[in-house]
Amino acid sequence: MKGGQAIIKSLIDQGADIVFGYPGGQLLPLYDMIYDSDLKHILVRHEQCAAHAADGYARASGKVGVCIATSGPGATNLVTGIATAYMDSAPVVAIAGQVPTHLIGNDAFQEVDMIGITMPITKHNFQATDAEEIPSMVKSGFEIAITGRPGPVVIDLPKDIQEQEMENYNDNPMDLPGYKPTKKGNPRQIKRAAKAINESLKPVILAGGGVIIANASKELQKLSNLINAPVTTTLLGKGSFPEDHESSMGMLGMHGRKVANLTVDESDCLIAIGCRFSDRTTGKIDEFAPNAKIVHIDVDPAEIGKNVEVDVPIVGDAKIVLQDLIKMLEKQEANPTTSSWIKKIHEFKNSCIPRISFENDVPLKPQQVIKEISLAADEDTILTTDVGQNQMWMAHYFNTRNPRKFISSGGLGTMGFGFPAAIGAKVAMPESDVVAVCGDGGFLMVCQDLATVKEYDIPVVVCVLDNRHLGMVAQWQKLFYDERMSHTHLGEVPDFVKLAESFGVRAERIEKPGQTREALENAFKSGEPTLLDIVIDPDEILPMVPPGCGLTEIVGEYKVEREHPGEITYNNPAGKTSGEGD
Amino acid sequence: MEQPTHIISALVEHRPGVLQRVAGLFTRRGFNIDSITVGESETTGLARMTIIAHGDQKVLEQITKQLNKLVDVIKVRDLNPESTVKRELCLIKVHAPSESVRAEVIQYAGIFRGRIIDVSGEALTVEITGDSDKIDALIDLLKGFGIKELARTGPTAMSRGMKTI
Ligand SMILES: Cc1ncc(C[n+]2csc(CCOP(=O)(O)OP(=O)(O)O)c2C)c(N)n1
Repeated sequence: MKGGQAIIKSLIDQGADIVFGYPGGQLLPLYDMIYDSDLKHILVRHEQCAAHAADGYARASGKVGVCIATSGPGATNLVTGIATAYMDSAPVVAIAGQVPTHLIGNDAFQEVDMIGITMPITKHNFQATDAEEIPSMVKSGFEIAITGRPGPVVIDLPKDIQEQEMENYNDNPMDLPGYKPTKKGNPRQIKRAAKAINESLKPVILAGGGVIIANASKELQKLSNLINAPVTTTLLGKGSFPEDHESSMGMLGMHGRKVANLTVDESDCLIAIGCRFSDRTTGKIDEFAPNAKIVHIDVDPAEIGKNVEVDVPIVGDAKIVLQDLIKMLEKQEANPTTSSWIKKIHEFKNSCIPRISFENDVPLKPQQVIKEISLAADEDTILTTDVGQNQMWMAHYFNTRNPRKFISSGGLGTMGFGFPAAIGAKVAMPESDVVAVCGDGGFLMVCQDLATVKEYDIPVVVCVLDNRHLGMVAQWQKLFYDERMSHTHLGEVPDFVKLAESFGVRAERIEKPGQTREALENAFKSGEPTLLDIVIDPDEILPMVPPGCGLTEIVGEYKVEREHPGEITYNNPAGKTSGEGD
Repeated sequence: MEQPTHIISALVEHRPGVLQRVAGLFTRRGFNIDSITVGESETTGLARMTIIAHGDQKVLEQITKQLNKLVDVIKVRDLNPESTVKRELCLIKVHAPSESVRAEVIQYAGIFRGRIIDVSGEALTVEITGDSDKIDALIDLLKGFGIKELARTGPTAMSRGMKTI
């Protein structure tokens, strides 16, 4: 067997049935072997999309996503995607071609120090120097990528190693004495957490992406019920708790819901699970949860105390820790005095449900578009977003009901993420409808991959929220730079419908209320990749907390749903919220 | 305000690139690194690094936690300065063109338990090991003669007694 065949076999052995890639000179041997293999390969049109697609695949399925690119420029094109996965703790294995070992270090054609470049943006990286190492390397790479706090792993693969004949195929995991993620939380700390919770009158749970990664959503709901605590989430935590549940406060932070920000501000005990207290979540750190004791559960010890001082730190896997914590709390009587808190929160919430109905407005309000997306979506629909206002509108107004159904670039904020991530998600979950919500700016960064969805018949629906502006930046210019709109107008080209059609992709322009829902439903029915060019009001501004301010200092008009308070309907065939019946 | 200095000892895989990972981590996270030394340990395949860094308790905690996250790092300990032996090696080439200067330099080196390891018509090279203060003191003394070249390793350290990491 040759090194390249060993890569293919070990990928398949690790359960990677599909890879997203782009060939090149230093990967010719590997690609030649892929030709005869069972490994499914999707040729993207830009390596950045391979990395984002692998990431979307990973986040939608909970499995490792794999991408491949050639050496030099191919490898560097992966870098943005690798960094995106790193910031959001997504398990991605990236395989990069490399010049033959005897040329390494000579500035050979298309040589780049991929190991050096990706050191700060990977959980770990390897360079194969002998084909015999490959099976163990791939196995350990997968293990590292998905255990503990997940993250991307790069395997650098010189050309000669791909061709090297190997004697035996040995996939014993590598000896990694320095790698021992902690799973079980310290019982003493869990006891302390239980005590802090029992003593609190106004508990709040802040759930991050770690809850989703640990598949701990059931436990999260159980805890919330048990202690009568409302739940707010970070951007990446969206879907860890059903956002149409009455105890859900929606997302917290700079672009969060008002009720979430107010609730955390008032709380006396904040139970943060699997989140890293990013500045986008906390606002000004000195004013964050000023009255609360903070319990922080995270699998990564380095996250605890990094940004926020914590009263009770618990290192461990969210699922296991929550199970232990729930057991302990069940032994004690849950605190009955919190029921007045939850009542107050519900009243609070009903008085500031964000308005999403704008049934008569043209140009379309983004809120109305999102409402229609909600109406077209069902429980299994996967939404990915790009970065910018589109993302924050979705995060703010779209109620995500299940984990792994809202996929967005949080930590790095990578424009160009949404569409390729949707490709990956659809490939991972072919039974689910997948919708990418993008800005026009971000979509233009990756629009070449319309060719991929056409070629491989990957029926994602791309909603381009077309405001002809780099909306989010324009918003900041409006609010904080005297409306000096420096270089944020995108002009009138391209015509997105024609663009899509030139790739052979179905497309439609949407300009009026009602059309988005219909177009989405038709697109789902058609089973074909579809682009919807949704022309929205460029002047609509999302209320926000200015950078450097406390969470309660929201600017921008906070529009409240007045006609039907409490009633945001979704396509929910069973007619019940997913919060029930646990 | 003067930040306290920390002696961090780390047991790491003895592989190419590990030093780069550790040093890169310091740069990326904005931690101040004063010196870093590395060499093989008592176990084949493992190396021991001594990192001298400064910062408050919070910074120190982050440094150790972030170091611990590296897959190639096996153990990290912040050594208590009171119960730690710490040694640094320094080579000092001193301008010594005359008999009398040479005699003086040799005398100073002797007082500091240094050794002369090279002599030429114009210069003497002194080797000295010790803690950094002692080395600083000798350098101060020799400055007057004209130091031509100076090379320090930065401290390497371990706990006193039976304690190991
Ligand atoms: C790759 C990249 N470049 C630049 C930015 C900075 N940035 C953040 S939001 C934004 C505007 C996005 O505009 P658009 O894609 O049209 O989305 P909108 O905000 O209008 O929804 C920009 C330029 C970024 N996040 N990512």
